[in-house]
Amino acid sequence: MSQRIPIIKIRENLIVTFISDIDDLTALKLQKELTQKIHEENISGVKITGVLLDLTILDMVDSFLGRLISNIAQSAATMNANTVVVGIRPAVAITLVEMGLQLKGAYTALNVEHAFEILDDLKAESEEIVE
Amino acid sequence: MNNQRIFEKYTIDIEFDLVKIRQVVRKISKELQFDIVDQTKLVTAVSELARNVFDYVGKGEVIVEEVRDSLKIGLKITVIDNGPGIIDIDRAMMGEFSTSKGLGKGLIGTKKLMDKFSIQSEIGKGTEVVIVKWVN
Repeated sequence: MSQRIPIIKIRENLIVTFISDIDDLTALKLQKELTQKIHEENISGVKITGVLLDLTILDMVDSFLGRLISNIAQSAATMNANTVVVGIRPAVAITLVEMGLQLKGAYTALNVEHAFEILDDLKAESEEIVE
Repeated sequence: MNNQRIFEKYTIDIEFDLVKIRQVVRKISKELQFDIVDQTKLVTAVSELARNVFDYVGKGEVIVEEVRDSLKIGLKITVIDNGPGIIDIDRAMMGEFSTSKGLGKGLIGTKKLMDKFSIQSEIGKGTEVVIVKWVN
């Protein structure tokens, strides 16, 4: 019954748009596929430096999904990619805060445009450090 | 005025039941005119509780019912399982049993989202969690 969430590559970024009514298995599969995809792109020569998670359509984020998003961000970070979350609905934001849940490891952006700015800035910063 | 109060039962058995239960609670809380934030809190709370049952016990039941007192209307959700029970509820509620799946965190979070939260558990018999939220 599990669905599939497409992972789209734009230049050095991977973009994931969450679907509504996401079930646990689909979410877990996404986490696996996304880290796998970063790895594959990296060994094929395209260094993935950013992951953009679009949550616009999600009408709830419970502790499971919150932890999953955190895990994605943290595993992406270990592969040298930054994660930006976009489109959290106000009601979802309030609920997350009241539950005491944090999306650890992920940056947040107002919209996709803003997310790319953040990813570009972070990439520039890390390149400076390398130099 | 429709006096027929909402009373519905759903089983937790397969993974996809969690999605179904979230959809049902969303629909009913909308019908009872909870605002969007409270709808989200109810859906999130039931998701936490139903997942606990699915992850730790496998099977259970969710009862969704409309409740009223003289002044207000609310939604009461009871989540029941016949699992092994929780040995030390106080500790579980403090998050000390927070495993990778996060039972503690889920329960504490759920409590914070609701107006009423109660949990009863008997070793070898099962656990029953009741949550209530009133329409503002």
